[in-house]
Amino acid sequence: MLAKRIIPCLDVKDGRVVKGVNFVNLRDAGDPVELAAQYDKEGADELVFLDISASVEGRATMVEVVKRTAGEITIPFTVGGGISSVDDMTRILRAGADKIGINTAAVLNPTLITEGSRRFGAQCIVVAIDARYNEEWQDWEVYTHGGRKASGKRAIAWAKEVEALGAGEILLTSMDADGTKDGFDIKLTRAVVEAVNIPVIASGGAGKVEDFSEVFIEANADAGLAATIFHYKELTIAEVKADLKLKGVEVR
Amino acid sequence: MIAIIDYGMGNLHSVSKAVERLGYNTIVSAKEEEILAADAAILPGVGAFGDAMDQLVSTGLDKVVKQFVATGKPLLGICLGMQLLFQSSEEHGYHQGLGLLEGEVVRFQGDFKIPHMGWNKIEFKQASPLFHQLEEGYVYFVHSFHAKLKQQENLLAVGDYFGPVTAIVNKDNVFGMQFHPEKSGELGMALLKNFLALIKK
Repeated sequence: MLAKRIIPCLDVKDGRVVKGVNFVNLRDAGDPVELAAQYDKEGADELVFLDISASVEGRATMVEVVKRTAGEITIPFTVGGGISSVDDMTRILRAGADKIGINTAAVLNPTLITEGSRRFGAQCIVVAIDARYNEEWQDWEVYTHGGRKASGKRAIAWAKEVEALGAGEILLTSMDADGTKDGFDIKLTRAVVEAVNIPVIASGGAGKVEDFSEVFIEANADAGLAATIFHYKELTIAEVKADLKLKGVEVR
Repeated sequence: MIAIIDYGMGNLHSVSKAVERLGYNTIVSAKEEEILAADAAILPGVGAFGDAMDQLVSTGLDKVVKQFVATGKPLLGICLGMQLLFQSSEEHGYHQGLGLLEGEVVRFQGDFKIPHMGWNKIEFKQASPLFHQLEEGYVYFVHSFHAKLKQQENLLAVGDYFGPVTAIVNKDNVFGMQFHPEKSGELGMALLKNFLALIKK
């Protein structure tokens, strides 16, 4: 059976890692490539790069980062952020990324999912969904533009739709849990996992080792993603995996 | 020199970089003389079987691959590259493969997630120089079709995904890996290293 995956996420702006980085023994802790190689050595199963560059130059720099990363690491990686056309996807995949993450562009132009999936295969297309609980609806709503804009779409329905359109995987971020370190959003994650038949990566809220076993056992997520706790060395991937093994969760 | 056969399909960059990290020179090539001159060759591939065979046939690289195998030097097919080594595939209709190994490529059938994507454990079925000093472990798979071998003696390793999954195949100097060794951490790199060590000095 497939092992559950632990995925660190790196925010990259103009070719530099922006969120706090606390790695020792790195020549250049702000270099995404060196950090990626470090996570590879530590047992990460996959990596996600989120390009938050706002400029054309920044985006071009990202392609270089992807190329260098592909030459350095021995695990798959996804690149998201600012990808809004098949041409953008081609550039990033040609540079050596394994998967493409799309979020806002998928909401604004859902056919992009289908086009990308047909061209590169469903396994290359990860749709990122940022969701927040809407009290009025008593349901989760999809947000775009880095969580700044409510889309009016219901998250569960959108998850089913992206699967039908050809997405190979869903990267689900709970905006309610994100930053709290109180654990993943189990209810949301379980609801999405039960609604679709493609892998779901849970994101947002990881703060301690047990949070990972909870999201794998209680919500049956396929992967758990975290950024800050790994960057600041509050947790190591080895600690998380040791705890998962103890609880009988299959990990690499 | 290790030739990475370029027929317009797949992620050649990662494979060639992985081989370089192991201390070998690589050449990504579609040229007959360059490929035949190499000490070992890798047939990578991502995409659909039929498109890949069309590309190989229209560029004449299908014959070059067979010529290379006839020299006795080691050839490794990765992912779709492994599937192409077989006689046929049912991916989007019936397609003939290179026929270097006996068997066919069929779709996963059942009520489970397809593609088979992620880290899965492989079990070594028989001794092979490929497994020199290695223990069984996890490797990274991404595929919706899998190979059914006619000759079990060609099966070196299997995975388990709602049934057995052909993971590593071998017949004489022809090797194939369904997973991506270049994306499979230390075990993947070690398998690549052992494959390259088959090069006769």
